[in-house]
Amino acid sequence: MKILVPVKRVIDYNVKARVKPDHSGVDLNNVKMSINPFCEIAVEEAVRLKEAGKATEVVVVSIGVQQTQETLRTALAIGADRAILLQSDDDLEPLAVAKVLKAVIAEENPDMVIMGKQAIDGDNNATGQMLAALLDWPQATFASKLELVDGGAHVTREVDGGLQTVKVSLPAIVTTDLRLNEPRYASLPNIMKARSKPMATKAVGEYGLDLAPRLSVKSVTEPPKRTAGEIVESASELVEKLKTAGVLS
Amino acid sequence: MSILLVADHDNSELKDTTLKAMAAAQALGGDVDVLVAGEGASAVAEAAGNINGVRKVLHAESSALGHGIAEAFEALITPMMDGYEAVMFVANTTGKNAAPRIAAKLDVTPISDIIAVEGQKTFKRPIYAGNAIETIETSDSKLVITVRPTAFEAVATDGSASVETIDAPGGDYKTEFVSEAIEDSDRPELTAAKVVVSGGRALGSEENFQIIENLADKLGAAVGASRAAVDAGYAPNDYQVGQTGKVVAPELYIAIGISGAIQHLAGMKDSKIIVAINKDGEAPIFQVADYGLVADLFKAVPELEAAL
Repeated sequence: MKILVPVKRVIDYNVKARVKPDHSGVDLNNVKMSINPFCEIAVEEAVRLKEAGKATEVVVVSIGVQQTQETLRTALAIGADRAILLQSDDDLEPLAVAKVLKAVIAEENPDMVIMGKQAIDGDNNATGQMLAALLDWPQATFASKLELVDGGAHVTREVDGGLQTVKVSLPAIVTTDLRLNEPRYASLPNIMKARSKPMATKAVGEYGLDLAPRLSVKSVTEPPKRTAGEIVESASELVEKLKTAGVLS
Repeated sequence: MSILLVADHDNSELKDTTLKAMAAAQALGGDVDVLVAGEGASAVAEAAGNINGVRKVLHAESSALGHGIAEAFEALITPMMDGYEAVMFVANTTGKNAAPRIAAKLDVTPISDIIAVEGQKTFKRPIYAGNAIETIETSDSKLVITVRPTAFEAVATDGSASVETIDAPGGDYKTEFVSEAIEDSDRPELTAAKVVVSGGRALGSEENFQIIENLADKLGAAVGASRAAVDAGYAPNDYQVGQTGKVVAPELYIAIGISGAIQHLAGMKDSKIIVAINKDGEAPIFQVADYGLVADLFKAVPELEAAL
C-alpha cells in the first residue's frame, strides 16, 4: 500500500502571529516556520503504517516556496521515503491545493492520503474534504484512530458529541486530529539520512490548472484586545465580584 | 439572495447554534430555507419551522445523513444548489466535514468559520488561532459558508414555516457508519452554555478532574478542558476548547489550572467574563482574565464551591 501525505509549511506552533501595520496580512518575515502540526501527525501515522509492514511506500508532497524543501526534509527525517516539492510563490486557496493534489494523485496512484485536518495559518479545515470530493473518494476527517481492515480502513473520528467510527473503502482521504499519535523527534542519523532521500521538484504551473484565487483579502486586523483585570485574594471575594458583575446569582 | 441553511441537530433536538447561524443568514439577506437532514428527525424539522424568518423547512431522511456522512450531504445538497446562491452550515464537526466537500463539487472556495457578514460577498473570519481577523471578498457565484455560532445572536422562534419532505438520494456511499461513543450528559451543551468551567493539565489525573465536574454541576455549567488535559486523558476529546476544538463564548468562563496557550485562548477569549485560577501568577491566562485568583486549585476550588 502506498500512502501520500501532503504537508504544509506554516508559522511555528509556538510563535504568535503579528498583523502587519498596513493591515495587508500577517508578518512572516524572520518568523520561524515549521511543518504544520497536523501534517506532522499525518506523516507519523503513515510512517508507523510502513513500520508495521502495512504500507510499502510513504510519499510526502508540498506546495510552496523554495524553503518548503526544509518542511519536506522534516517529513523525510520522520521516515517518509521520498518527497515532491511543487513550487509556487502564491498562497493557494484550499480549492486550488485540492486541484493540484488531485493531479499529483493521478501520477502517484496512492491507496490512501493522510493529511492534516487544518493548517494553523488559514484555519480553513477544508483541503482534505475538497480533495476527496474532486476524486469521488470517501473521507474520514478528524481521525483519532486509524486501523486497516479487510477492504478498507476503520477510522475513529473526533466529533462534537464524542467519537464516531466509520469504515471507508480504499482509496480514501483521512485527515488527522491531534490525538491520532504523538510524532517522534527525528534522530540525528535520520535527519542525516533524510538529506539524501529523493526530492523531485517541479513548478505548480506545469499542471496547467486554473488556480486563480476566488477570495481577495480586503484587510487583516488584530482581534479586539482583552486586558488583564484584577487579582482577587480569595474564593469568597471572587464570588462577590461575580455576583456584582451579574454573572452569578 | 436565496439561502439554504443546514440545521444543526442530533436527530432529536434542534440546536441553538442553528438560531445563531440563522442570524448570519439574515445578515446576508434574502429568502432562507432550512434543511433538516437526518434520521428520525421529524421533531427537529417541526422545531425548525418555528425559527423566525424561515421561508420553508426541507426535511430529508436517511441513515447516512443521520450519521453525518459527508458523501450523503454532498449528494443531497449539491444538486439543490441550482436553486440557491448560498449554503450555510454551523461550523461544527458535521458542517466542517460536509461544507468543503460540497464547495469542491460546485468549484468554489468555501468560507470557513465566519464571525461577521460585511456584505453580500464580504465576510470576516479568524485566522492564525484568532490572532488575526481577515476580511475577505469572494468572487464565486455560489457561496459555501460555515458560521461560528458564538459570533451571532440567536434569532427568535416564533415563526411558523411549513415543512416539506424531500427525498434523500439512496446512494451507495464509500463511507459506512460503524459505531459511536457519544457522551450522554445532563449538562448544558458546551458551545451553548452560559457558564463553562474548564480544567487543564494542573488537575493531574482523571480522578482529580472530577472537582471540575463537581463545580460545573453546582453552577449548572458545561465542562471544558484544555488540549493538555485531553491529551493526558483527564477529559474526553469533546471537552476540548481551543483553536482546533470547540469555540465557546459564555457569560462566564472559569479556567482552572489552565496556563493559557494561544491555541486555548482562541477558543474562549470572546467569553464575557473570564476567571482564571492558577497557582502560577505569571501564567498567560491572567492576561485575558477579568478576575484572577493565584492559588492552588485543590484548595481554591473547594473554597469556591463552598462560597457559592
